[in-house]
Amino acid sequence: MMDESRRGFIGKAFGAVAAVGGVASLIAMKKTWDPLPSVMSAGFTTVDVSGLEANKLDIVVWRGKPVFILKYTEDMKPTDGRTVKVGDHYYSVMIGLCTHLGCIPGYEEDKKLFKCACHGGEYSPDGVNTFGPPPRPLDIPPFKIDGTTLVLGDEGPEYKKMTAKA
Amino acid sequence: MKEFKILAVILILVGITYYGIEPYAHSVMHPEVAPADFTFQDVKNVDTKLTGNAANGKTLVEANCIACHAIEAAGNPAVMSNADAAASYGVVPPDLSHAGRIYDANFLANFVFDPVSAMHLQHKYNAESGKQFPMPSYNWMAPQDIMDIVAYLQSIAVKVTDDKAGHKATFEAACGRCHNMQYAGIEATTPADNLKTYMGTVPPDLSQYIKSRGEHYLHSFVNDPQVLLKGTSMPRVGLTEKAQEEVIAYMEEIGDSKKAERNSLGLWVMAYMVVFAFLAYLWKRKIWEEVH
Amino acid sequence: MAKFKKADSMLEWFDQRLGVVNFAKVMMTEYWIPKNINFLWAMGVLLTMLFTMLLVSGIFLLMYYKPDVNMAFDSVNYTIMQEVAYGWLFRHIHAVGASVVFLIIYIHMFTGIYYGSYKKGREMIWISGMLLFMLFSAEGFSGYMLPWGQMSYWAAYVITEIFGGIPFIGDDLVVWIRGNFYVADATLTRFFMLHVLLIPLAILGAIVFHFYSLRFPHVNNEKGEFFDYEVEAEKYLAGDKKHSKVIPFWPVFLSKDVFVMGVFLIFFFYLVFFHYDFAMDPINFDKANGLKTPAHIYPEWYFLWSYEVLRGWFFEIAGISGKSLGLMAFGFANVIFLLIPWLDRSPTVKPANQRPFFKYWFWILMADLMVLTEFGKLPPTGPNAWVGFGASLTFLVLFLSLPFITKMEAKKAGRK
Repeated sequence: MMDESRRGFIGKAFGAVAAVGGVASLIAMKKTWDPLPSVMSAGFTTVDVSGLEANKLDIVVWRGKPVFILKYTEDMKPTDGRTVKVGDHYYSVMIGLCTHLGCIPGYEEDKKLFKCACHGGEYSPDGVNTFGPPPRPLDIPPFKIDGTTLVLGDEGPEYKKMTAKA
Repeated sequence: MKEFKILAVILILVGITYYGIEPYAHSVMHPEVAPADFTFQDVKNVDTKLTGNAANGKTLVEANCIACHAIEAAGNPAVMSNADAAASYGVVPPDLSHAGRIYDANFLANFVFDPVSAMHLQHKYNAESGKQFPMPSYNWMAPQDIMDIVAYLQSIAVKVTDDKAGHKATFEAACGRCHNMQYAGIEATTPADNLKTYMGTVPPDLSQYIKSRGEHYLHSFVNDPQVLLKGTSMPRVGLTEKAQEEVIAYMEEIGDSKKAERNSLGLWVMAYMVVFAFLAYLWKRKIWEEVH
Repeated sequence: MAKFKKADSMLEWFDQRLGVVNFAKVMMTEYWIPKNINFLWAMGVLLTMLFTMLLVSGIFLLMYYKPDVNMAFDSVNYTIMQEVAYGWLFRHIHAVGASVVFLIIYIHMFTGIYYGSYKKGREMIWISGMLLFMLFSAEGFSGYMLPWGQMSYWAAYVITEIFGGIPFIGDDLVVWIRGNFYVADATLTRFFMLHVLLIPLAILGAIVFHFYSLRFPHVNNEKGEFFDYEVEAEKYLAGDKKHSKVIPFWPVFLSKDVFVMGVFLIFFFYLVFFHYDFAMDPINFDKANGLKTPAHIYPEWYFLWSYEVLRGWFFEIAGISGKSLGLMAFGFANVIFLLIPWLDRSPTVKPANQRPFFKYWFWILMADLMVLTEFGKLPPTGPNAWVGFGASLTFLVLFLSLPFITKMEAKKAGRK
C-alpha cells in the first residue's frame, strides 16, 4: 500500500514526463512548418550594373522579391547612407516592395519618383517615403560590391557601413 | 407582418452595402471610357470614298507586299519559316488572306499609308526612341492605289462560317501572332523570345480573358487598347465590329465553355426551388395550425 | 450483459443496441424551442445547411484540384471549370456559398446582439459562435488562396504581411507562416492542408460544441422572456399545444426552417448561376504573378470592415506609426466581439429597440460597419482615407463606451 506523498510524487513525475513529451512534440511540429534549408539558402543573385541606363529602373529577382536598381543621372544627388557607389556611378539598390503592405511601386521617369498603385505611397529615387501610408523608406537588401557587379544576399563592407549609420 | 418588416430592414441594409462594394466601387475603380469607334474616324490620311480597283490592287500587292507577307488565299505562300521571319522582322508578318475581311476598310487604308499612327503606337515608335515599326509607311502612294489594294484584299478575303471554327479562324488571324490561347491549344506564331524583345514583355495568354476582363472591357480594349491601358505596346488592330465580335465569341467559347449549360440549368434549378419553397410553406402552415 | 429480450421490430432492435427512441426524443421531438420567434431564428439551420453544401461541393472539387503553384490555376480553371461534368457547378456553389455563408453569419450574429442573446447564462453560446466565426474566417482566407489567381496571391501576400507588424518576432513569423520569404509553393500546400483538413475538423467540432452549449440556457426568444421549460413542455405534451410557450425542434421548428431555407435557396441559386462575380473576382482569373501587383487589392467583402479598421490609421500619433496603430486597432476589432457579454453591463435581456440607450448603440454600430465595409473596398486616397479613419475610430469608441452606456441604462431601469 502506497502512502499519500508517494502517490503524489508519482503523479507529479508522470505529469512532468507527459509535459516534456508534449512540448517536444510541439517543437517538432513548429520545425516542420519552418522554411526548408533549400529555401533558406536560396542563392545569391549577382548583377552587373555597369551596363545599365541612367534613370531607367532595372528590376532583378532575389529570393522571390523584386530588387530595384536605379542608376543615377548626372544631376541626381546621392544620399548619404542610401546611395551605393559602384565604379564611377551612383545607384539605388532597394527591395522593390512598398513598406506599407508589400506591393511593387512603379518608377515614373519624368517625375523621378516611385509610386505605389495599391495605396498611393510615393518614394524619392533613393527610396525615401515622401507621401502616403508607407511607414519607412524602401529596405536595402544585403549586398557586396565586386568590381562592377553587385552580389545580393552577401554583406559587404559598404552594406555594413550603411546599416551602422542607420 | 412583423416578419416582413424585419425582412425589409435586412434587405435595405444588405442592398446599400452591396451597392457600395459592387456597382459603386467598380465605377470608381473602372471609370467609363469613350465608346468604341469601329469607323476609325481619327485617321484621315486616305480618302476612303474612292472606289478601289481590285485588278490594279493585285498588281500593287504583288509588287509591294508579298516580299514579306504570305497570302495563302491567293496562292502566295510564306517566304520563310515563322522563326526566321520573327528573327528578321521582330514579329511574324501577318498572312493577308483574312485582312480584307477582319480589318475595317478605313483603318486598313490608313494603316498602309502610315501604320504607326493607325495603330496608336506613336509613343513607342518615334524619333526619340529611335525604334522603327518593321513595316514601312506607304505615304508616297496615291490614295487611289491604296484603295485599290484594299479592294483587292477584300476580293480575295477568306469567307468563314459563323460558328466556333469560323470564330477560331478570325481569332488566329487577328490575335494569334502574339497571343497564346493555351486552353484551345493555340500558340502564338511568333516565338516567345522574339515577342519579349518586340513587345517589351510576353503578351498574356488569352484563355481566361473573357472571365478576367469580361466582355464589356474587351469591347473597348480590343477596339483601342490605349483608351484603357495608356502606354501599352499592344497596337490598335483595327478590327471591324463583326470581326471583333467573332474574336470575343471565340474567347467565350474557350474560356467560358459551359455558359449555355449554366444558363439553362440555372432556370430549372430555380424553378425547382420555387416549387420546393411553395410546398414547404404549405407543410409549415399545416404543422403550425396545431400550435397557434 | 444485462437481461436481454429478442426484438419484435427493427426499431426495437436498434433501440436495444443504440437507444434510438430516447435519442430521437432528446435530439428532435422533445428538444424544446420557444414558440415566440421569427424567421431570424432559422439562420442557424440555414448555416448548417450551407456548411454541408460547402463540405460536399468541396469534396468533389478536391478530386481534381492540384495544390501546386504550376498546376493549381489550370486545374481549377480548365479541368474543373471546363472538363469535369458539373465541375463548374460545384465550384460556383463552393465560391458563392463561401461568400453567402458570411452574410448569414453576420445576420445570425447581429440577431444575437440585437436580442441580447449572449448574456444571463448564454455566454458560452456566444463564445462558441464567435469561435466559429473565426474558424470560418480562417477557412475562407485559406480557401481563397487555392485557385492561385492574382487576387489569391496578393490577398495572401498582404494578409500574411500584417503579422510582420508584431514587434520583435514579426519578420521571422511571416517567413515561418509562408514557409518561404514570399508567398510560394510551400505557402500554397500548407494552406491547402489547413483548408481541407485541419480547419474543417475544427469547425465540425465547434459546431457540435455550439449546439451543445444551447442545451442548458435554451434558445432566446423575441421578447427575451425567461420561463420554466419543464412546465411548458409538459403543457405541450399534455396536448395544450396552443397555450404552451414551447414547440419541439421536430417537426414544428424545422418545418418553418425548411420553408425559410426554400426561399433562401431560390436567392442562393440565382447567385450561383447568374450573379457570381461578387464571389469570384474577375482579377482572380489572371494567374498569380509575384512580380506584378494588381491595380487594386482588396479582400473579400466579409473582411472589408476589419481591413478598413486596419487601414484607417495612416498617420503617426504620439510617435507610434500608422501601421502599428492600425495593427492594434485590427487586433482589437478581431477580439472585441468575443467580449460583448462582459462589455454589456445591463442585466436586461430585451430586443435592442426596447432598451433606451442600447438601441442607439446598436444602430450606430450597424451604420459604422457598413461605412467600414464600403470604404474598405474603395481606394484609400484623399477624403476616403479620412472617412476610413473616422469610421475606424468610431468603431473603437463604440466598444469602449459600451460598458458605460449599458451601466447607465441599468441605473435608469433601476430607478423606475
